[in-house]
Amino acid sequence: MTRAVPGAPGVDAGPRRGPRGFGNVWPPVAFGAGLLVLWELVVRLARVPAFLLPTPSAIAEQVVAQFTVILSTAAVTGGNAIVGLVAGFVAGVALALLAAGSRIFGELATPVVLAASAVPIVALAPVFTTMFGSATEIPRRLVVTVVVTVPVFVATARGLRQVQPVHAELMTALAATPWQHARFVRLPGAVPYIMTGLRLAAPASVIASIVAEYFGGLQNGLGSRITAAAASTAYARAWAFVAASIALGLLFHLAGLLVERLVTRGRTA
Amino acid sequence: MTAVLLAGLQKRFGDGDHAVHALDGIDLELATGEFVSLIGPSGCGKSTLLRVVADLEQPTSGSVLVGGKTPHQARLDQDYGIAFQQAGLLEWRNVVENVELPLHVHGVDKAERRARAAELLELVGLEEFAGSRPSELSGGMQQRVAIARALAPSPRLLLMDEPFGALDEMTRERMQAELLRIARETEAAVLFVTHSIPEAVVLSDRVVVMSPRPGRITEIVKGERPGADADVDDVRESSAFFTAITTVREALRKGHP
Repeated sequence: MTRAVPGAPGVDAGPRRGPRGFGNVWPPVAFGAGLLVLWELVVRLARVPAFLLPTPSAIAEQVVAQFTVILSTAAVTGGNAIVGLVAGFVAGVALALLAAGSRIFGELATPVVLAASAVPIVALAPVFTTMFGSATEIPRRLVVTVVVTVPVFVATARGLRQVQPVHAELMTALAATPWQHARFVRLPGAVPYIMTGLRLAAPASVIASIVAEYFGGLQNGLGSRITAAAASTAYARAWAFVAASIALGLLFHLAGLLVERLVTRGRTA
Repeated sequence: MTAVLLAGLQKRFGDGDHAVHALDGIDLELATGEFVSLIGPSGCGKSTLLRVVADLEQPTSGSVLVGGKTPHQARLDQDYGIAFQQAGLLEWRNVVENVELPLHVHGVDKAERRARAAELLELVGLEEFAGSRPSELSGGMQQRVAIARALAPSPRLLLMDEPFGALDEMTRERMQAELLRIARETEAAVLFVTHSIPEAVVLSDRVVVMSPRPGRITEIVKGERPGADADVDDVRESSAFFTAITTVREALRKGHP
């Protein structure tokens, strides 16, 4: 859902990118503002009922009125996303390293992790809630962890396979052990790919964290507020929490982008 | 003491009818400090020969000794340094870290490998680029870093597989002069694979001319490697240089009817 926000930087497929200026930011911002004005006008002039679509001004009013609640719930949802993101990142990199280091483990684990990417992982949320109880954050964090592990694993595994033949020959000529080969060549060479995996996983962690809240458990995050407000016909309030979710997703997306840029800076394009 | 000793060396890739006979009956001896070039058409097995010495390929039969050891032991002991056509620098390490890579792999402590790398960067004339990224250097400079890296463990033998093949002619001639000076200062033996006849002649004590499929030594020509007090450019304009070039060219043609 964060992708629909006008002005959000695009998601590129490749890991290596040159620096980009901010001169092209204003046209999409103006376009987004224009869309909001159009939305306001259409809803008012066509007398669209509030349960169908509230006006942006009504939503903004609710954002102001609910601001402290939005902050505290966003902190819970964002906190779950961060914990899951870190755990999933570590798990994804570790699994990919093991899969690259041991052929048996690689052949066993790779299909399982890839199959996990085909499973709608948020569907696991009610199961985890039953397993761990509804008074804990663990089920949602687990969902985020699983959602993050897959893209990080895939990206890292691909990066670890991208060894230039001349580097492989060099390490052989230097009589390097497999561990040294991993440490000096394969892992540093995989860093841009790992960072791409992290960048793709960051906004996904927020989505997983919010959607996991729809399936019961604690009622202290953005997702549960959206369902609660919608159920009590407070549509503008529901939309205010949706807007906060979009902002949170965008924040994670930008943070992921920033980390990627910082870590891979100085590499050849 | 010889740097490299090859006797009755054979190398075949694959089995049966599809086998490619890369090397056949190679006998060659490299003396300590000697500069020997391998030249021949593509597919004559000159790179394979170098890779057998480096223990990157295993010979089918025959014996190989590198500094009196098996190639495998010589590789483990870091008795040779190697440079390829591609510089193959690690882009996430800066220049000095690339030069010290072999020492890093072999557990030399940081202060010692920094000192050695500084020495080597001075040898190849790149001391002011120690902190640069490989991507900031030209092709010739990258290749000089690769040569410095190959020299890091102070090897008695330098194996070079067309290291100047990707450089333009002017850079190439400058690099040849540099390499001659480095070989003289380090007193390392050099086994040098090239496609270029003038390059082989100007660098080498001996030029080994090879024929393709199976790769055999057709002739060994005396090269015009300049001595310590001679100028490379004078050698390049001498009549002995042109005579040697003609001899190598005729030898190449003989092996290629």
